[in-house]
Amino acid sequence: MMKTLNEDLYNINENEYLAQQESTLEDALEMGLTEDEFNLICTKIKKKPNKTELGIFSAMFSEHCSYKSSKKWLKTLPTKANHVIQGPGENAGVIDIGNDLAAVFKIESHNHPSFIEPYQGAATGVGGILRDVFTMGARPIALLNALRFGSPTQPLTKHLVSGVVKGIGGYGNCIGIPTVGGETNFNQSYDGNILVNAMAVGLANKHRIFYSAATGSGNPVIYVGAKTGRDGIHGATMASTEFTENSSEKRPTVQVGDPFTGKLLLEACLELMSTDAVLSIQDMGAAGLTSSSVEMASKGSLGMHLNLDLVPTREEKMTSYEIMLSESQERMLMILKPGSEEKAKMIFDKWDLDFAVIGEVTKTGRLILDKDGFEACNIPINPLVEDAPEYDRPYKIIQNKKIIKPNELNINETISEILTKMFKNPNIASKRWIWEQYDSSVMGDTISSNSKSDAAIVKIHGTESTKSLGKGIAMTTDCTPRYVKSDPINGGMQAVCEAARNIAASGAKPMAITNNLNFGNPEKLNIMGEIVGSIKGISKAASFLNTPIVSGNVSLYNETNGKGILPTPVIGMVGVIDEVENCLEINAQDDNTLIVLGQSKNLIEGWIGCSVYQEITNNKIDTAPPPVYLENEKKIIDILLKLNNKKLLTAAHDISDGGLLTTTCEMLFKNNLGLSINLPKSLFKCDSKDPTLHSWCFGEDQGRIIVATDKIDDVESFLEDGNIDYFILGKTNSSNNLNLNDKTIISINDIKELNDQTLPSLMGE
Amino acid sequence: MRSGVTIFPGSNCDRDIIVALKEISGKTPIKMWHKDTEFPNLDLIVIPGGFSFGDYLRCGALAARSPIIKNIKNHISRGGAVLGICNGFQILIEAGILPGSLIRNEKLLFTCRKTILEIQDSMISPFLSGLKKGQYLNIPVAHNEGNFFASETLLNELKNEGRIAFKYVKEANTDDDYNPNGSCNDIAGILSKNGKVLGMMPHPERAIYNLHGGTDGLKFLSKTFEKLIG
Repeated sequence: MMKTLNEDLYNINENEYLAQQESTLEDALEMGLTEDEFNLICTKIKKKPNKTELGIFSAMFSEHCSYKSSKKWLKTLPTKANHVIQGPGENAGVIDIGNDLAAVFKIESHNHPSFIEPYQGAATGVGGILRDVFTMGARPIALLNALRFGSPTQPLTKHLVSGVVKGIGGYGNCIGIPTVGGETNFNQSYDGNILVNAMAVGLANKHRIFYSAATGSGNPVIYVGAKTGRDGIHGATMASTEFTENSSEKRPTVQVGDPFTGKLLLEACLELMSTDAVLSIQDMGAAGLTSSSVEMASKGSLGMHLNLDLVPTREEKMTSYEIMLSESQERMLMILKPGSEEKAKMIFDKWDLDFAVIGEVTKTGRLILDKDGFEACNIPINPLVEDAPEYDRPYKIIQNKKIIKPNELNINETISEILTKMFKNPNIASKRWIWEQYDSSVMGDTISSNSKSDAAIVKIHGTESTKSLGKGIAMTTDCTPRYVKSDPINGGMQAVCEAARNIAASGAKPMAITNNLNFGNPEKLNIMGEIVGSIKGISKAASFLNTPIVSGNVSLYNETNGKGILPTPVIGMVGVIDEVENCLEINAQDDNTLIVLGQSKNLIEGWIGCSVYQEITNNKIDTAPPPVYLENEKKIIDILLKLNNKKLLTAAHDISDGGLLTTTCEMLFKNNLGLSINLPKSLFKCDSKDPTLHSWCFGEDQGRIIVATDKIDDVESFLEDGNIDYFILGKTNSSNNLNLNDKTIISINDIKELNDQTLPSLMGE
Repeated sequence: MRSGVTIFPGSNCDRDIIVALKEISGKTPIKMWHKDTEFPNLDLIVIPGGFSFGDYLRCGALAARSPIIKNIKNHISRGGAVLGICNGFQILIEAGILPGSLIRNEKLLFTCRKTILEIQDSMISPFLSGLKKGQYLNIPVAHNEGNFFASETLLNELKNEGRIAFKYVKEANTDDDYNPNGSCNDIAGILSKNGKVLGMMPHPERAIYNLHGGTDGLKFLSKTFEKLIG
């Protein structure tokens, strides 16, 4: 028989006693719940919750766990295809990549904690996403990260960049998973709210995927990994609110990562998963033991009875409230096959990790928690998940339709001066200063990382044959927030298309998506419009390209003092290449012909609205972004893959930020090449300050990829047969000069030096 | 060749070197868990890279106190060859098997990049027997504490005894910061007095396929292998 409170006050610590007291509306408001939500809870559980119970509700009802503002729209994303094994709703998405193998991947944000404490925030972001992947039974093989920082000249930016990069490297390097790609951008809208989105990709036997639904009443519930401490308490709730000046006071809600324990946990879990002991498993991520136990029980339509006195703790006298809400890292919850506990414990002992049977699965449908001999929590599980609020928030999608013509810009700079400005812009310049701090080659399978190709490629261990090193997985993350701001629907489509182009330009076939939707406060009409609009755009493009969304994460309330970030729906895409030898770099070879796929010979005036060009010349992005034509996009991707399979290409590079000329320079850097550009006739006589010539050079018309070939005749005949728009840009040479029309000759070496130096000098080197 | 690869908690390049050694010899090396003390006699023990014990205290300091270190020392005293790569080099120094110290990189940043190593005028060693003085190897590094530091006396001693195996050198026609970590005299790897123990910061197991950007790591390991099987 459970004792009732007051019976024996001597055995309970004072704080635990308080945690078990009935809560009030004030407590609920303090925990970030609304009055309506509090009343709903009281009705559903037919009592006033005590503080521990209320804490559990507040975590489960937080935006971070419940997706209450976005759920309605997330349900509209395309999530199915023949190759999808597991879509959204599990720890990570799973796709079939042939050879009985599955790619398991997900992206997740750690924005709020990384602003408050950049090193730990970023490190635990990496640790968390890795656990999501290996929880599914996959060995992680690659990491990527999509980062957004504030204005490069703002003093805090340097501190944040340095801390975040060290944190990502600190975790990834130590645990021994290569960080192979991603993106970093700067914009003043992120001054008060940086974005740190980490993506992990893993590899599993497709018949050995592990899920989280609890099974079998009476089966033991096991806690493994690191001990529980008082760190990160209510982190999920913190991540669901706006920042104010006093946000640094929230530092104690940031978790502390330990990649060494993470590595031990990874090895121990995979070792245990190679036996038949594990029935279900769930990572303790956001909202720790609360969300893991509730989600496992809920998915299995079962209950759970846990004795919190058995949870390994790092500190003394932790209360039920603290244990349930702690976000200490490197912990897992598992349901084991009865009788396999001893065998499992031996594995965790070998890796010096805690292993504790803390309770059992029940049929009651309730979450019952004992602490210090009392019942600290007894609530039905259904309301925690099923009754979590789902809001249909009002929205307004604002699409900027203002088209700007080149001659409307007041330009007084030469092509050469603009190009210099481009590569002085840290958004365009090389990110080498960042990626050299990441171990990109550990595991020995990295074929291409960082700037070598448009998407990173890691070969799949164990698929080698006599003629090939085997299959490879291609990965990229992409988003152009200024496009999304100007037109959320178009911006959502563009992010998907650019990701697909990047995968294809590396030689791989685009397969599936994980997305990270980063926005401001969804209670504002226009911001909710950005969310809805970009989801519509993503859905449209992802359906068209047959690249379903299989996992993802939403981060809202990225606002400080009412000022929101640029809408940033990051697309993480995965593709497959059948033979890694076929991968394409961005670097052209000498005596190659460069061809712009998807660019009509009649294109004279480029699209400068919303471009980096408009931004750096006018300091404005108040115009419509370049339109996206899905059929064209698909055509370009298909023909590129076809040409590559025929081994007709030597390099490929997607045209994105900075337009044609910027992209061309990047293809010439590595091998110190030059190029005489074959300008359209009507532009040949243009002055170097001519607006139309500028728009042709720097416009950001979509659906274009530059390819390099040494077999131009064969390539042209395929392009003609396929009825593809293309433009022959010219032939590379060893002059190291970019010759535009004999009036403008630019030294590639000078531009390359700028490209290399911009970020290091910004970081004070 | 019978070879073994040690595994400490936190080692993370063990699989990579096992793949490389198997590629060369056709035989899978044995795995040597740090708490085990019974092993067959081996021709080569490799201490792989990683973050043994999370690099807590100092890199390699805790691993250097593991039970297996005694076996490694016995193996060395029997004339056996030992290759310590990256964290393995740090462990060899912490265990007192190789001299000097490896401190934080000069720029205080982790660095992962290509480096060019030049074979030095060294003593006879199974690790360098197939390579000529002045020959270059392209092999990448990835570390936070690879800055080899030693007193003038020790540096002179290493040089005079031919115990400097490789130095980082500049690529022709570039001004690149060729020394990735600021190590004294650009030292990338050193030998024990008998030439049978090599500690090196670069990772040869990450340069075994053309698609890695070169196969110099494979070349280096193959020559070692050929020498060790006689």
